Amino acid sequence: MDFSLTDDQVMIRDAAQDFLADKSGSEAVRAAMASEAGFDAAVWQAIGAELGWCAVAVPEELGGMGLGPVELMLIQEQAGYHLLCSPFFSTVCLGTTLLKSLGSDEAQGEFLPKVAEGSSRFASSIACGVEAKAESRSGQWLLNGVVSQVCDAGEDSLLLLFAETDDGAGLFAVPGNAEGVSIVSQTGWDASRRFATVELNDAVAAMRCDDATRLASGGRKANALSRLYVAAEQLGAAQRCLDMTVAYISERKQFGRTIASFQAIKHRCAQMMVQVEGLRSAVYGAAALAADESDVQALSMECAMAKALASDVLFHCAGEAIQLHGGVGFTEEYDPGLYFKRARASKGWLGTPEELRAEIAGVLL
Amino acid sequence: MNLLESAEDKAFREEVASWMAEHLVGEYEVLKHRGGPGDEEAYPELRKQWERELAGGGWTCVGWPKEYGGRGLSIEHQVIFHEEYARVGGPGRMGHIGEGLIGPALIAFGNEAQKAEFLPGIVKGETYWCQGYSEPSAGSDLANIQTKCWMDEDGDWRVSGQKVWTSLAMDSDWIFVIARCEPGSKGNKGLAFLLMPLDQPGVTIKPIHQLTGGAEFNEVFFDAAVARAEHIVGEPGEGWKVAMGLLAAERGVSTLGQQMHFAHELDLVIKAAKANGTASDPLIRDRIARAWSGLRVLRYNALRMLSGGADVSLGREALIYKYAWSNWHRDLGELAMDVLGPQGDVPAEDFDILRLQQVFFFSRADTIYAGTNEIQLNIMAERGLGMPKEPRGV
Ligand SMILES: Cc1cc2nc3c(=O)[nH]c(=O)nc-3n(C[C@H](O)[C@H](O)[C@H](O)COP(=O)(O)OP(=O)(O)OC[C@H]3O[C@@H](n4cnc5c(N)ncnc54)[C@H](O)[C@@H]3O)c2cc1C
Repeated sequence: MDFSLTDDQVMIRDAAQDFLADKSGSEAVRAAMASEAGFDAAVWQAIGAELGWCAVAVPEELGGMGLGPVELMLIQEQAGYHLLCSPFFSTVCLGTTLLKSLGSDEAQGEFLPKVAEGSSRFASSIACGVEAKAESRSGQWLLNGVVSQVCDAGEDSLLLLFAETDDGAGLFAVPGNAEGVSIVSQTGWDASRRFATVELNDAVAAMRCDDATRLASGGRKANALSRLYVAAEQLGAAQRCLDMTVAYISERKQFGRTIASFQAIKHRCAQMMVQVEGLRSAVYGAAALAADESDVQALSMECAMAKALASDVLFHCAGEAIQLHGGVGFTEEYDPGLYFKRARASKGWLGTPEELRAEIAGVLL
Repeated sequence: MNLLESAEDKAFREEVASWMAEHLVGEYEVLKHRGGPGDEEAYPELRKQWERELAGGGWTCVGWPKEYGGRGLSIEHQVIFHEEYARVGGPGRMGHIGEGLIGPALIAFGNEAQKAEFLPGIVKGETYWCQGYSEPSAGSDLANIQTKCWMDEDGDWRVSGQKVWTSLAMDSDWIFVIARCEPGSKGNKGLAFLLMPLDQPGVTIKPIHQLTGGAEFNEVFFDAAVARAEHIVGEPGEGWKVAMGLLAAERGVSTLGQQMHFAHELDLVIKAAKANGTASDPLIRDRIARAWSGLRVLRYNALRMLSGGADVSLGREALIYKYAWSNWHRDLGELAMDVLGPQGDVPAEDFDILRLQQVFFFSRADTIYAGTNEIQLNIMAERGLGMPKEPRGV
């Protein structure tokens, strides 16, 4: 039993930290948020093709690095810290996780190598439940319905969507530019990640991707892992809220002393630290468990725990960041507001804290 | 990162579990889950006998080096020992102050004669110790020690003054104290660290009744009481270094055992909730899920602490730990009483219910001893976040 990171893991984390400090500063984030697509194509290109982050979790035989949840979690923590605007989340944390957990060998072989080399991206929904229907007609799967909360959907993305068939749910790959697909993208209060409503009118799927034998437990596993990756991102964001607050209050003076010297302020920062470090322990622990290929039930519990906690901790820390910055914390110009909006939005992704705790209670009681 | 246990670890786990299964039986059966925090006054004599039973199997001081009578276990195996001990309800350890505090301090700072004199008694479960640090005017500001000591004509040390909140003094044979050996010195300078037998004319112990009804801690008065010349640890004036080194000596290995007890308490809460129907109340369900989640956090946090290694935030996990577990425990106590409802209002006969009542009341002390919540927050802000230090009064 060993809880420390390996040298390779430290290297991956540090590289992500350096890259994002350079490419995802406050100005870059604001520019990406204001852009049409919601992300900087050059940064995404670098992530996929140069840094190889999209290959991290892809099996080696499909052109990836064959690494696992710990490495992805570390990248996500940094992505959250820098509020990275990028389809990395939808492509790797959602899409690749889905295909790896429940995809057929054929689907994995078809799509994952392209993701690994950075030439393809996925979009999929973070809403719970199956919203579309699929029927097989003359050898083709046709999809109909409206799918909500599809993350980073774009014409150039491959949509990975669940749809109900005559014999249960299945996972389908539909090109974003296919006929019968209409993508209505909305910019939310949190403009750092885009979600779209996708309307399907006899849209032709490129492939049915699920493997029937993997669907049930693979679906739960993918759900658990995706929650873990959101939690990791929320952890990074919460850490950033604490760091920027400590930096600000150490400079700002009132009553002839830095506001950091007031005990009321120290204690509130220390309480943030308790929460952030506790969350880090939870996220690292859940990732280590995921890497050990433990049973799905245990993994679901741990990841639900991590995501519920992460949502609460980030929301608390983002609120504290605004409060302890005073008036400037309430401005557009300063960053606390960006994190506050991300905190609010991400709370609901893949389950609210209340829903997740209800799941946990269901197992305990 | 790897949470899997090696085959050797598993075998060791079984070894501990089967020893416990064979020995925690018969007259010791009543001790299961007894003697924990808030329940210290349960069966003290039988628990001391149990310490000797443990010693017979070589299960005291398992983390000490073999040359001092310990078992020389690795950190992993110590953790496993404490977990398996607690899993079957191993009773609160009467010898924990000797084993966890003064023993390691003597190993680090004592001379060979002191080690030879004191360590075997701790290992064998024959000598019991208590900690004489706090005083009426030295609480959070521990360095403000007023108890005096001086050398008499025979070269022995004499001690006068008062200690307070001394846990288990009534069941102990020896006390370790910090006292001022340089008259007029202030703060952490000029202190001596002394080992003193409690059974002597100059020492008076008076119980202090706690809000729980028990009296686990005491006032200890010294009136020219004797600490023999050879029983000073370190040089006169170096007492603070020893006193602080002692607090650091506990590397937190027993903490996973403590969590096993916490898990048992959470199980009792769940059992009570199922029994009285509160398990279907959505608010109670939410709080039980929170409690379970909090315990996972504590577990992973403790594993992080014990691994150390390449983590960036090395040290921060250790800084938060006391605050995190004590406040978690306090919340659990509140949840337990809310689950029990009116049943919680009357001291229970059934120990499974009484234990929850004890957790509710005693956990109020968890956030006071070993550094109060507020002192922990000061330390975290200053050492963890680099914020300015608290000003001192003059
Ligand atoms: C059950 C129990 C067992 C104990 N066992 C032992 C033992 O065996 N041996 C021993 O030596 N001691 C023991 N103690 C004593 C314990 O260590 C002290 O109670 C503790 O250090 C607090 O000191 P105090 O009680 O004097 O409180 P005070 O220091 O007077 O504190 C009162 C309040 O003021 C706050 N406060 C104090 N200073 C600051 C500050 N700088 N900033 C903000 N807030 C502050 C505190 O947090 C607290 O809320 C025990 C205590 C308890 C409750």
